[in-house]
Amino acid sequence: MNKPSALELAAAVRAGQRSAVEVVEEHLDAIEAGDGAIHAFNLITADEARQQALSVDRMVAEGRDPGLLAGVPVALKDNLCTRGIPTTCSSRILEGWRPPYDATVVTRLRAAGAVMVGKTNMDEFAMGSSTETSATGATRNPHDVSRVPGGSSGGSAAAVAAGFVPLALGSDTGGSIRQPAALCGVVGMKPTYGTVSRYGLIAFASSLDQIGPFATTVADAALLFDVIGGHDPADSTSLMRPTPRVLSVLGDGVEGLRVGVLDEYMDGADPDVVARVRQAEAALVAAGATIEEVSVPEVRLGLSAYYLIAPGEASSNLARYDGVRYGLRVDAEDTAGMNLRTRSAGFGPEVKRRIMLGTYVLSAGYMDAYYNQALRVRTRIIEGFDRAYRRFDILLGPTTPTTAFPLGEKTGDPLTMYLSDVCTIPTNLAGHPAISVPFGDGDGGLPVGVQLLGPALSEGTLMMAAAVVEAAAPPSPPVLAPVSEPEGLR
Amino acid sequence: MTPGWELVIGLEVHCELKTATKLFCGCPNLFGDEPNSNVCPVCLGLPGSLPVLNQRAVELAMAVGTALNCEIRPSTFHRKNYFYPDQAKDYQISQYDEPLNANGYLDLPDGSSVRVERAHMEEDTGKTTHAGGSGRIHGADYSLVDYNRSGVPLVEIVSAPDIRSSLQAREYVAELRAVLVASGASDGKMEEGSMRVDANVSVRRSPEDPFGTRCEIKNLNSVRSVGRAIEYEAERQIRLIESGERVVQQTRHWDEDAGRTEALRSKEEAYDYRYFLEPDLVPLVPDAEWIRAVAESMGPMPAARRRQLVDLVVTTGEAPEARADQVATVVDLGLDHLVLAAVAAGVAPSLALARTANEAAADAEAAGRLDPDSYVALLSMEGSGQLTATQAKAVLVELLAAGGGDPAAVAKARGFEVMSEDSLVTAVADVVAANPDEWARFCAGDAAARKKLRGFFTGQIMQATKGKADGRAVSAELDRLAG
Repeated sequence: MNKPSALELAAAVRAGQRSAVEVVEEHLDAIEAGDGAIHAFNLITADEARQQALSVDRMVAEGRDPGLLAGVPVALKDNLCTRGIPTTCSSRILEGWRPPYDATVVTRLRAAGAVMVGKTNMDEFAMGSSTETSATGATRNPHDVSRVPGGSSGGSAAAVAAGFVPLALGSDTGGSIRQPAALCGVVGMKPTYGTVSRYGLIAFASSLDQIGPFATTVADAALLFDVIGGHDPADSTSLMRPTPRVLSVLGDGVEGLRVGVLDEYMDGADPDVVARVRQAEAALVAAGATIEEVSVPEVRLGLSAYYLIAPGEASSNLARYDGVRYGLRVDAEDTAGMNLRTRSAGFGPEVKRRIMLGTYVLSAGYMDAYYNQALRVRTRIIEGFDRAYRRFDILLGPTTPTTAFPLGEKTGDPLTMYLSDVCTIPTNLAGHPAISVPFGDGDGGLPVGVQLLGPALSEGTLMMAAAVVEAAAPPSPPVLAPVSEPEGLR
Repeated sequence: MTPGWELVIGLEVHCELKTATKLFCGCPNLFGDEPNSNVCPVCLGLPGSLPVLNQRAVELAMAVGTALNCEIRPSTFHRKNYFYPDQAKDYQISQYDEPLNANGYLDLPDGSSVRVERAHMEEDTGKTTHAGGSGRIHGADYSLVDYNRSGVPLVEIVSAPDIRSSLQAREYVAELRAVLVASGASDGKMEEGSMRVDANVSVRRSPEDPFGTRCEIKNLNSVRSVGRAIEYEAERQIRLIESGERVVQQTRHWDEDAGRTEALRSKEEAYDYRYFLEPDLVPLVPDAEWIRAVAESMGPMPAARRRQLVDLVVTTGEAPEARADQVATVVDLGLDHLVLAAVAAGVAPSLALARTANEAAADAEAAGRLDPDSYVALLSMEGSGQLTATQAKAVLVELLAAGGGDPAAVAKARGFEVMSEDSLVTAVADVVAANPDEWARFCAGDAAARKKLRGFFTGQIMQATKGKADGRAVSAELDRLAG
């Protein structure tokens, strides 16, 4: 599978060697041929994509530079607002709503010449780890359509894995980029909180949400991160300092890099997954890094704290879906009745579960025991990581404890489902960056992801190390879905 | 007030800040525009939108804190969660346990002081109109929401329960209004909802007793309503207690037309607002330099301005109490600059205060725009006897209408020349000669009789001179003739 990378495509389009229109048509054809089996997309915006591609070609013809992502097809998770284009969060409650504005990341993609081909499926309001809570139906894993792609950004991960697009954006609140990236065998990165604007990202848990890239290569992920990152005055939590420009430092190597292998993450993972992490560890050593085991016991508390903080914030963020202003409305005798019926009909069971949980943990008499206690735990997790980062530059571990699980296996047991994010959640609580790099396969030929974690704003270091891991990775297992092969570089 | 009872009152005043744009977005902060014309994704609470704090709103809130002698402190924003259609996000962004301004006080003109517990920032809601059917919330066919007001910056000023009478409550609101206007934070238009007052009222038999159960009265939109509602509510509570019943803690609505408070029709719900730190905003930590810059940009507050005018009165040897009402009026209407300019030019403080508090105040808006130089020139002419009081007032009306002008030219155009001393002496002599009986009584009479007849003669002389004679000169000539 030697599909051109985003970097190659953009270079070819900018040089006038390929037309953006031709590139987008190939990818639209691939989506049409293959997405019936995968359901990566909620919506394909072919007309808009062709328009964007045309304008890129026009710029090239006029001798102007269309930007770093010239003509590169990109898929957007369906919780990113797109002006005039339905944005649903895979929920019935947003039925019919067309945002009157673009998310900041969408504006930046446009400015960089990217061609946006559609909105990808996700767990409803990003609440889930398998993309099965979507109101539009589950997305399938392109490596085995009987298995989940992970979640909540399962559609974006599957779209990249299936070759529908070289790049996609997802959002990561507790692992929603890295976990599906691992399960689908692609690169997925969760940036430092505040490096990518959240303006136009429909909020799940505001203090944890962060937008990040999916790609087939580390370099492509770095490219996309460089385009979407940077301060945005429309997001008050956006960092004022310049975003690390990571693409340019990718080749710097890991000589002397101090890498800690995180005991707590290794302990809970399946042996086939652990074996791949050990192999990645060896690759880093071979490239000149030093490796040591490290324990950060606080991360064991991450899952519990997360399931108090995230639902607490979500219960407030999702209050606005009340039938008054947009989306679904189910009429009733009075306003309160209308609110109730609208929300009862519009939200799925997992979203309702989290709203109820979140409302409970914030209510008078329980707040201190639950929500405030979780905030104290969050502080301890940050302290635990800080301690580790005094001795190590980055940490290494599995992204997920297991490979992709069968559809339906965990939907009946929310707690088991929540456990599949046990290795990704602490990073969100700390606001740190982390990246999942595909590293061969595990039992049954399913992809395994290796996770690299770093302190705030260490994206450059993480990407350098990820590039070393990527170079040493065994070949990815094949994608089984019927995907038409886009033409290679001419 | 029923004897044997003491009122305990705390006031919460919501004040809209006079910014160009809203608290968290760039939409215009304008009253009375076409519904839903000043809205955007942020103030409509659309999915994905995020708030960005308005720096000017923070400065005005800091000005309010400074004017109310508050500590200005590092602060945070919280979410107050409750469902309501005019609440775009179904939560309100407000300051909770860490307000921007705390521990201040407001001195009232009567010499009392009311502690201000906090003055915190928050966003306003939209406005719901019930239409069709009964047109009220119950029985309306449908409701319309206007989000133009959604996200308008507010400061909520919470007093300690230090107020002990409806009169003091009225004074507090009036003085607070003056302070908010003087600090540049508010236009003070209570009738347009720029200031909205909620009153917490309880009663007790003695200042030694613990506070009684309180009721919160909402919808007080004028100083007068504040006084009336508190009076009514206190009497209601006293009647309840005296008849052996209990006051139930509740929120009550002031019905201006009926002149009574009523428990809100819907059954009281125990709201749990589930306050938590707003994750979309960062802490607001004003540094000392910013706090100082805001304080330095502010003019003097009403209390200081009143003191300055009172000091002028004192220099003349007059008792300040005699001019207290005029001083209060001048400061309330923001016309002190006119008084100060006139006095600086040598006009007597008594004349400057009287003309400003009476004639200029009659059209305060025009007076605010009046060219101070013309005003000073007019009062100087009157003070030096070039114009009579009657003439000066007539000229002032023209100056106010024109926003200024040359008072001498206006006087001349109206034929208001000053009478020469000779013509005045002749005019007085003529009137005295024409009324010999009255003149005899004037010369022989005691002080009371003389005062009465002085009025008679002055009136006759004014009539004869068509008002051109100066009253004081006439009076002096009468005394001279009488010997």
